[in-house]
Formats: sequence, structure tokens, C-alpha cells
Amino acid sequence: MGDNQNLGQEDSQSNPGEEKKEMKTSTTPRSLADVASNRTRKEPGTNPLGSGLEARGVHAWFGSKHALKDVTLDFAAGTVTSLIGPSGCGKSTFLRTLNRMHEFIPTAALAGEVLLGGKDIYASGTDVTKIRLRIGMVFQKPNPFPSMTIGQNVLSGLKLAQIKAPNTDDLLQECLERAGLWSEVKDRLNEHASALSGGQQQRLCIARSLAVRPEVLLMDEPCSALDPGSTFRIEETISHLAKTMTIVIVTHNMQQAARVSDYSAFLLSDGGPGELIESAPTSELFSRPRDKRTEDYVTGRFG
Amino acid sequence: MTTVEMRQVETAKPGQPWRATPRERAFAIGNFIAAFLLAFVLVKFTGLNGKLGWVFGFFFSYIAISFVAEYARSGKPAAQDSLLTSVSRFAVFIAIVPIASILGTVISKGWRGLHWGLFTQDMSQATVNDPITNGGMLAAIVGTFVMVGLALILTLPISILTALYLTEIRGKFSGVIRFLVQAMSGVPSIVAGLFILSSIVYPVTQQYSGLMGALALSILMIPTVARTAEEVLLLIPNDLREAGLALGATQWRTVAMVVVPAVKSGLVTAIILGVARVIGETAPLLLVSGGGDATNFNPVSGPMGSIPYYVWKSFLLGGTEESSQRTWAGLLVLLIWVMFLFAIARYISSRTKKG
Repeated sequence: MGDNQNLGQEDSQSNPGEEKKEMKTSTTPRSLADVASNRTRKEPGTNPLGSGLEARGVHAWFGSKHALKDVTLDFAAGTVTSLIGPSGCGKSTFLRTLNRMHEFIPTAALAGEVLLGGKDIYASGTDVTKIRLRIGMVFQKPNPFPSMTIGQNVLSGLKLAQIKAPNTDDLLQECLERAGLWSEVKDRLNEHASALSGGQQQRLCIARSLAVRPEVLLMDEPCSALDPGSTFRIEETISHLAKTMTIVIVTHNMQQAARVSDYSAFLLSDGGPGELIESAPTSELFSRPRDKRTEDYVTGRFG
Repeated sequence: MTTVEMRQVETAKPGQPWRATPRERAFAIGNFIAAFLLAFVLVKFTGLNGKLGWVFGFFFSYIAISFVAEYARSGKPAAQDSLLTSVSRFAVFIAIVPIASILGTVISKGWRGLHWGLFTQDMSQATVNDPITNGGMLAAIVGTFVMVGLALILTLPISILTALYLTEIRGKFSGVIRFLVQAMSGVPSIVAGLFILSSIVYPVTQQYSGLMGALALSILMIPTVARTAEEVLLLIPNDLREAGLALGATQWRTVAMVVVPAVKSGLVTAIILGVARVIGETAPLLLVSGGGDATNFNPVSGPMGSIPYYVWKSFLLGGTEESSQRTWAGLLVLLIWVMFLFAIARYISSRTKKG
């Protein structure tokens, strides 16, 4: 709290501009920073579970369009990092370079390295399907497989990747419990996934990605299509999951970033390629952003 | 406050306020009657006459009268709206008349020729001018089933894999192949027959056979099935493919376990449409499978009959009441099969939409 008070003063010193701006800086960021500082942030290295991910000088192109420029960012093992920024700043593109989904766009190109447990996932000879097993992904729109039942959906990763699991019933229950869905669907595992609500479907997709035991989970605006209740459940799920894995979440919802993430990274495009403007522990990014543009964004002045 | 709520609860009855009021209905019926009277005048006093005169006279009067009446009642936009509605109704009527008339003629003329012997006897001991109870369509039905069945077996892997190449692999040649498949679907059936005749029958087998018929039919079937399958596959959202790939699956596993099961019923529809496309083909079969009167189960040797061939022969070589009845009965059997296949396709595709 004291920090934030100081911050407010710093702010008013650094831009002694119009009153309106000051009003905003003194109200909005404090609440976000409060939310963020209410979390006990995990320090890198304190949680040995999962693998860390490091992006080293990542550039991305679509055809001749340079979409992402020189992003270097660490995701320490067992932490939750949120990527924030206005639409079109390249945060989803960046997320998709982290598990090699970027290359599915026909004209896509890339430069740089992404290290998973110290090894570059783009190194030649890397089995890309193995990479995606270790780095799971949850998409913006819930996308359960329509031809499968709820139970089959959860275990579909095993079948798709041809992994033999000894006791699938236990795994099924474990994944659904971790995704916070077990109590709602335990009696209807043989129903089709389309019978579930949007929020339940999204948690089903999370359960599905957990079944192959990824070390890292990438989430691309997982709550943007959901109502507040479902969003709350998924945020709970994220908090539980963060105990055992590294999570990277793209979000437009700054409250959400403040609630769920240990670290935040702000990306921005000024018409050209998206760039990483600032990354910091979430409470710091919201309470004392180093960059003016970050401050403008998190205080809701643009974007 | 409470009284207002009470009143609302009491008076709330389910209704459909958007439905036509009696007044509006009377207006529509009035238009109808006026158009009928105008058509009567037209037929009576102008060159229009006969059934066709009535139809055209009525529709043109109806279009004109409803336009004018609507203009007077609700103004120009409503009149334009009503004009388009009546023109579309007319177009639909024109489109449906031939179909309904074909169905009506075939059923009314064909049903008297139906008897069990049609399905148990062939024409090896009978001529087309024999009484209808002598001989039957067995050879034709067997031939059609053997040839269409073989064509299906040949077509299925080729066309489905082509569709998967176009939608899933999206290889370098996708554009060219899509163009060729589309062009192929416009190939006249006789060309398919001549192609098989000149490339296989004359140089290699030198005899009519059901297999050659099946080859010609699959040339016609492949583009139909491939195009329909491609359209169905394109409906699958990309999210689903990405979900599979993001779970660490290879593309092949994703296609086999996620994409194809999701469109299974659409693919079945594509196949049925392909069968319906070729089941009535006559020209290519005349060229390459000949047309036998004796039942032949062996697809690699000897001529093989088919239902369309049976119809063609009964018509061409006949000239009596019996042969004409034979022709219509053959047509009816063929039509029932085609209708049956389309009904199955409709049923399957409607079931998917609900599921």
C-alpha cells in the first residue's frame, strides 16, 4: 500500500499534466496494483515443477509483414506470466511461436530461439509433436472435439499422440478435477461435449490439455468468450495448475492479469511490428511501470 | 407496483403478434381473387389460351395486382418487397412443375408394370415385346449394383483423399487440382465411356465387361464426391485442427481422429450423391459394358446389363403396349432407387445438424 502511495506521487511529479490523467493514475492503477500485490508472487527457482521457457530474440513475420520484433522473455518454471497489450500487438503471435503453432500459417516466418529446459525447440531435428506434448495450449474459443464424448475428449491427447496410459480412469478423474470440472460432469462422461456450457467446454479443453502432462501451458485469451462466473472458475483453475506447471496467458483483461499472474509482459505495436515494451513482476508492472506507454495502457488511457 | 405486476401476469398469454391479422389475410385473398379474375379476362379476350395460358396469365396478373395493391396500401418499399416475393414464387413454381410432372408420369405409367417377376427373372428367355409377366429386370438390377458397387470402391479412396489433399494438406498443386476436379465434373458421360473404350477396352481387354463400366462410372463419380467432400471438410473450423495438433498429434492422426469423424455424415452424403449421380448413366455403359440380357455376376468378363440399359432397350426395340409398360416400369424402379438414395442423404445430413 505504501508503495502505491509513493507511486502516485512519483507519477504526478513525472507528468504534472492535466488533472484528468492524474485522477486516473491515482485510482485505477492502485486498485489493479492492489489486486496484484495481494498475490504472493512465486520467485523463480522456488518451484521446481515444470520446465522454464525462454524466448531469445524472437521475430515473427506473416509474409512480408513483420509482426513481432525481437522479443526476449523468460518464463520461469512454475510461474504464471500474463501477456498484455492492445489488439494487434502480436501477443497471440508470440504465444503461438512458443509451441510452434505459428508455422501452421502458410506464409509465416520466424527468427530467434525458444528454449524449453535449455534446448531450442526450433533446432533442426526436433520432433515438433513432442514439443507440443510438453507445451500444451488452450485456445480463445472452446474447441472440444464434437465427435467425442466428454470422457473421450479428456483422453483424446493420449490417443492422438499414441501414448499408452496404464489407468485411464484415474487420469480422467485427475484431469477433470484439476480443471475444476469433475463434480459437474462425473455422471455424464458419456455425453457429447456439445451438451456442456461454454465455460464448461473451456474447462474441458483445459482438462484435455492436462491429460498429456505438459510442463508448460499456453492460454490464448481463455476467458474472452465466457461469462464472469465461468471466468472466475477458470482463474481458480489456473491458480491450482500453477502449482505444478508453467503458465503463459494472453489476456485483454487487466484485472485478470493482476489476479492470476506472477509476472506480466506488455507488448505494443506502433503500427509496425509488435515489441516487448516492459516485463516485470505483475504487482510492479501495475504499480510502478517503468515505461510511459505501459503506464498509459494499464491505466486505461488507450488500447 | 404490485397491482401492475399482477395485471401483467394475468393478461400474459402466449401469442404470435407477428402473424397475419384477419384483415391482412383478407387483403391477400382479395389480391388472389382479383388476379384470378384478371387471368380469366386475359384468357377470354386475348391470345392466351390453354393450361399454359392460364398459368402465365394468372401469375402475371397476380404479380401486377399485388404490386399495385401493396403500393396503394403501404408505399413503394413494401410494393418492391411484394414484387420480389411473387416473382420468386413464380420461379419456384416453374422449377417444380417439370419435376412433379416427371414423377407423376413415371409413377402413374410405371406402377402397373411392377410385378415380382421383375426382380427374379431376366430377359434371356424373353423379348421386349413379350407380355410384361415374361422376363424381368434381374440382369439389369444385378448389373447396376455390381458396376455401381465397384465404381464406389474405386471412387471412395481416390475422391476422399483428393478432398483431404485440397483441404488438409493444401499442397502446392491444390489450385490446379481443384480446377481440374471442377472441370472434370463437367465432362459429358459419353466422353468418360469413350475414354475407357479407347484406352482399355480396345487395346487391352477387347471385350465388354462390368469392370470397364465401373471404371467409366468412377470417372464421373470422383469429381462429384471429391467436390462435395471438400465442401464438407471446409466447414470444419480450423480451431479443431489446431486443437488436435496442439495436443502433440501428427497431422495424419489429427485428420483421422478429429477432422474425419467430425464430418463423417457429410462424407456419407457426398458418397450417396456420387452414387445417385451415376446410377442412371446409360451412354458410357452402352460403350464399355455392352448390355446383357442374361444375369451376369462376373464383372471381368462378358457384357453386363444395367437398369438404364434395360429402359433404353425396351424403348428402342419395342413398339408394343408391353414394351412401353416395360420401359415405364424400369424407369420407376430406377427412380425409386435414386429417390431412396437422396432420402437417405437428406436424413443423414439433417441428423448431423441436430447433433
